[in-house]
This record gives sequence, structure tokens and C-alpha cells, in this order.
Amino acid sequence: MSQSYNRGLIEDFGRWKEFSAGMWAWIFHKFTGWMLIGYLFTHIAVLSTAIGAANGQMMMVGGEEVNVFTGTIQGLEGLFIVRVLEVGLLAVAVFHILNGVRLLMVDLGIGLESQDKSFYASLILTGAITVASVPTFLSGVGF
Amino acid sequence: MSTQQQEQPDTQEAPADPEMKGAESPQQERLEKKEQGLAEAESVDESDVEGESVHLKVFRYDPEVSGKQEPRFDEFHVPFEKGMTVLDALIFARDEFDSSLTFRHSCRQAICGSDAFFINGSQRLGCKTQISALQQPIRVEPLPHQEVVKDLVVDMDHFYDQMHAVEPYFQQEDLPEGELEEQRQDRENREKVKMSTRCIWCGACMSSCNIAAGDNQYLGPAAINKAYKFAMDEREDEEIKEHRLRILEQEHGVWRCQTQFSCTEVCPKDIPLTEHIQELKREAVKKNLKFW
Repeated sequence: MSQSYNRGLIEDFGRWKEFSAGMWAWIFHKFTGWMLIGYLFTHIAVLSTAIGAANGQMMMVGGEEVNVFTGTIQGLEGLFIVRVLEVGLLAVAVFHILNGVRLLMVDLGIGLESQDKSFYASLILTGAITVASVPTFLSGVGF
Repeated sequence: MSTQQQEQPDTQEAPADPEMKGAESPQQERLEKKEQGLAEAESVDESDVEGESVHLKVFRYDPEVSGKQEPRFDEFHVPFEKGMTVLDALIFARDEFDSSLTFRHSCRQAICGSDAFFINGSQRLGCKTQISALQQPIRVEPLPHQEVVKDLVVDMDHFYDQMHAVEPYFQQEDLPEGELEEQRQDRENREKVKMSTRCIWCGACMSSCNIAAGDNQYLGPAAINKAYKFAMDEREDEEIKEHRLRILEQEHGVWRCQTQFSCTEVCPKDIPLTEHIQELKREAVKKNLKFW
């Protein structure tokens, strides 16, 4: 006796099909949170070219000379992959906001019995907003 | 359809004995119908069930026998009976096939809290889970995140330690005057703690909790629910409630809960565990936030 067996984490990602709504909401909230933090750093990196622009640094974009800040942004916006990533960023941000509102409701104890429905609603709303944003984000590049 | 079937014997009987018809036939009809119904029900049962068996895959592990120290799954085929639960099937398998199959069970009516297993990927009470509601083969494993002692028996010590850590007993010092005076709880207050009193200490919630799995010091849903029952009890003085909240608002108390609703989902007694934890969080904030 007294010897026992530790099976470790049983409910690992291999059981993802058995996860409930609340679990998925938690995973997506963490994931989108980290994505937004990651974006924050690239955002700061791009914005920091304004320092160079303020010091009068210039660069060439499409044959004309513009300041570094404008040039960097125009260069990035000209790339198709950046536009696609922007759509992804919007999806991530919208889900994080909507699920954040859902979590606020949970914290306030409002509508706890329909927490799974509010998760599905935030997923559907995120999808709808993302799809609706595609023409705006991809104008001039893909479309 | 049934009315048509009843009319047919009526028309056959009517010419033979018209006088008796008024007196006896409604009762007879009822009896006949009942017998028919019973016969139908039985025949349906037999045809449905005959030859049907339950396919169980049961986790096996025995540290005391050298050949069984490597965990494995054993398969059992148990004859199905109407209303059979997972626990019934396990008992059948143990009694008829393998007497070394080990699991805890006692009351078989979902009140002792002994037979919480990991059935088809979620924590359920064996005695409360109908086989007919499950997909076969039915995978029966011991509760996750607890160490396995043997087969389906897990070590519950840590769970009980957490339950006791929240001081789950009534602590009122000032008792009412008079020898026969009782400490009465008003109806509203009783209604408020009603669901939390249903806990049967089965450990399903603790086992389903992702946070409790990673943080061994986390009190867990069951213990917090226990604390809720006493913290919300108005018969205890305000100081005692504050003492209770001080235990709960520690680092490994209510704030570990990330509202995944796993515990609420698996609780066999339908206790709104997440709701109780959230309410205690609000109480803890209210206690610490002072605007004057």
C-alpha cells in the first residue's frame, strides 16, 4: 500500500473535443490576450520611426522621397500579408473585447446560467465583424 | 390509433351481450388496455434488450501485483438492463468477471459521494449516470488530478484537507438565552445557502478544475462552496464572516478561480459553484474597499 500512481495531467489538449464552452472561452481569452501583447510591441516599433522622422530622416517609397515614419507605414500597408494580419488583429481584438464584457458580467454575477450562450454569441459576433471588415482592410491590395 | 383498436372488440361483443356492455365494458376496456399496454411494454423491452450488452473499458492499476503495475484498460461486456447505471455495470463486472476490480461505492443513490469517476471524458457519479445516455464503449477512469491508489480508487486526502481548511463548522459564540432556545435561520437566508448545502464531497469539481490541477494549494470549488455556506449564514457574527473571508481572499483562495465553469458543469448535485465563488469574490472586495 501507500504506493500510488500519478497520471499527471489527464485533461490535456488531446481531449480538446471534450472541452466545454467555458473552457474554450478561457483558452481563447488567454490566447487573444497574448496576441494583443505581441501586437503592442510591433505597434511601438512602427510608431518609434516617428523619432527618426522628427530628426528629418528621409527614405524612398515608390520613387518619391518621404519621411521615415510615413515611408514605413506606407511600405507596410502595401504588403498583402500585413493587410491579412490586420484582419486577424481585428478578430483577436474584437473577441477579446466581447469575451471581456462577458467576463465582466460573470464577475458581477449577471446571467451566469447563460454564460455558454454569451460565449457562442461573442464568437459569432466576432466572425461577423471580421468578415464585414475584410473589404475595408484589403482595399487597394487584394481587391 | 389506440381508440380504433378499442372499438373493434366492442363491436364484436355488442351483439352477443348488449345489456352487460354498459355496466362492465369501460372497466374491462381499461383492464384490457392495461394488459395490452403491459404486454407491449414487456415485449418492447425484451426485443430491445435481448442480446444487448454494455461495452466497458475500465482503467486498471495495482501497485501490489508486479504484473499489474503498468496501468492498462480492461474491457468488460456486461448484459444491459433497463435503467442500468455505470455503477451497476461495474458491480456486475466485479461480481461476475473479475473480483479484483476495485472502486468505491456505497449508497447507489447519489448521496454518499463515493463513486465519482471519469466517465467518457467527464467527471460523473457512477450511480447517477445512465448507460443509455452514454456512447459506447464507455471509458471509466479514476478521477484526474488525484493519485490513483488502485484501479478506480483515488487518494482523496488532499481534497479532504482543502475541505477542512475553510473551517467547515458553525462558529457562533453568542448563543441565545434560555436552555431550549434554538438558533433560528430565517427562510430567505436558508434559501440563499440552499444549493451550497447539497455538496456530497464527491470531489468531481476539484478534479475537473484546471486551476486546481496546476495549483495544489488552491482551495478548490468544493471547499469554497463549503465556506460560502457558512460565510453567507446570517446567524454567525460579522467578525466570524470577516475571519472566513480572510481565509478565502488569500493568494490560493477565491482569486485563483478563472471562471471556466468546469466545476459547475460536472457537479452531480447541480450546485452553482462558479456563482458562489464569484459572490465570495465580490464579498471580499466589498470588505476591503472602503470609500470613507
